[in-house]
Amino acid sequence: MDQFLQQMVNGISLGSIYALIALGYTMVYGIIKLINFAHCDVYMIGAYIGFAATTYANLGFFPALIISMASCAVLGIVIEKVAYKPLRNSSRIAVLITAIGVSLLLEYVMMFFVGAEVRSYPKVLSDAAFNFGSVRINMQQIYIVAIAIALMILLQFIVHKTKTGKAMRAVSIDQDAAQLMGIKVDKTISFTFAIGSAFAGAAGVLVGIYYNSIDPLMGFMPGLKAFVAAVFGGIGSIPGAMIGGLTIGVMETMVSGYGNSMYRDAAVFAFLIIILIVKPAGLLGKNTREKV
Amino acid sequence: MRALTKKNLLILLSILLTFGVVEALITVGIINSFYEITIATICINIILAVSLNLVTGFTGQFSLGHAGFMSIGAYVCAIINMHMNSTVGFLVGTLAGAFMAMMVGILVGIPTLRLRGDYLAIATLGMAEIIRVLFLNMEITNGAAGLNGIPRYTNWIWLFTFTAGTIILINNFIKSSHGRACISIREDEIAAESMGINTTKYKVMAFAIGGFFAGIAGALYSSYFYFVKPDLFGFLKSIDILVIVVLGGMGSITGSVIAAVALALISTFLQSFTAVRMIVYAALLVVIMIFRPQGLMGTKEITDLFKFKSGKKEEKIQ
Repeated sequence: MDQFLQQMVNGISLGSIYALIALGYTMVYGIIKLINFAHCDVYMIGAYIGFAATTYANLGFFPALIISMASCAVLGIVIEKVAYKPLRNSSRIAVLITAIGVSLLLEYVMMFFVGAEVRSYPKVLSDAAFNFGSVRINMQQIYIVAIAIALMILLQFIVHKTKTGKAMRAVSIDQDAAQLMGIKVDKTISFTFAIGSAFAGAAGVLVGIYYNSIDPLMGFMPGLKAFVAAVFGGIGSIPGAMIGGLTIGVMETMVSGYGNSMYRDAAVFAFLIIILIVKPAGLLGKNTREKV
Repeated sequence: MRALTKKNLLILLSILLTFGVVEALITVGIINSFYEITIATICINIILAVSLNLVTGFTGQFSLGHAGFMSIGAYVCAIINMHMNSTVGFLVGTLAGAFMAMMVGILVGIPTLRLRGDYLAIATLGMAEIIRVLFLNMEITNGAAGLNGIPRYTNWIWLFTFTAGTIILINNFIKSSHGRACISIREDEIAAESMGINTTKYKVMAFAIGGFFAGIAGALYSSYFYFVKPDLFGFLKSIDILVIVVLGGMGSITGSVIAAVALALISTFLQSFTAVRMIVYAALLVVIMIFRPQGLMGTKEITDLFKFKSGKKEEKIQ
């Protein structure tokens, strides 16, 4: 039972990171129906910016987090303007291939400049731990979960209470109709990319602190898992991404805790294939009918 | 239909000519052993690209898991070949690997091919990752270290035979009524279905044939390069194959062949700069998609350039 609770705690902190990444996937998919493969590399670059801010500029945790989120938001907008905007009217496969290309480009350009070696993050958060019975929770896990929850509440506020959020929801339902109502579609899409990328940047910094190591290819696996989380929760749905992220995080730690940690990646993908077969719309997703 | 038309004779002649020229160059020594590796890579990549083109280009089912099928062929052939150390063993291994990959293609294809577009892409990617993790953990495949010391039976003759065979078989498949059914699925799945085409059947068929030839390519790979390990068949390998198909043109076998040759030459020259090679690949992918999304050849084939008698007659009838 103790081991179960301990795995649960680890799973929730890992799951909050997945949920932060999954939010970016789900928002972008909701608005332009694109799996933004480059999203996981924005997360990687966020981790590097956080690393640079804490190591070279000697900044604390919160300034580093904010710098990383801001730079990633700009990066997200640039990626959208340069690579995806010219393809707004092409086939979806063409855009998907572009997204894969952008992802590889970011990874290898980064590898070219910073080298392929693994770097270790400086200790910016205390690693003091609290024991509840035999369950051990450390400060970093508390920070991760707290920041993830705070950002998600902020996102809910933006999407449901602000004018831009209203525009985002309108564009995701019907782009043409939204344009006719005077909503600036391009601006709204850029804003969506900015928010999603900022969240990925935050996740990058948190992962760097939690696992204490970063490398240019670190984004690939968490990115795919976060995508699985988004699909599980119902792609396009923001609460779905949170539930999905937590589920995948807990599932992964359970598989490594009780089974074989070598199989944890395979377990996540097997889970994805099962979801896609049983309930392709996901937990909270809407079933869309194809029109002829 | 006569087998010995002018067109078929010309094709046969050009196949023999290609084989003869390269064989002569190898014998004379202009193509040394360094470039022979490039030729092997080209042949294997052509088989992979043409088979992926059948799935992605002609049938329109976006697959990111082609390296998974390749790895099955590679491992099955390697294991059989290590127990039966002879040319017969190599051929048995190649066919067994190809059939195994085809069976997995059917098994995975039946449930996942109900998905569309991006969902299918992620599902196939997940399938390839599952296959990779299984190979990583199995006893018989020797885990992450992979299999070493696989006897080499792949040579230029086998490479050429299998490559030419793949191109001809897949080309004939596409020209058949099955192939036209596949193309109609790419053009419009709903319309194809309402014309009475069993879309699931043809999608699974394309997937299975694609898997079969990817298995052959994997078998040739393992037998040529002496060793296989799971990391060789990751996501990046699938992307490598996809880049060839996209660059050549989705729906053009000629394009796939040209792109496979061109990219193999580029990567030979960039061999000492791996990072730069990947940057070039990635940039190429983005630039092609933005400026020429149909690829080098679009859906045209080299045979479209020549006018044959039968072609002219058809035009008159129309």
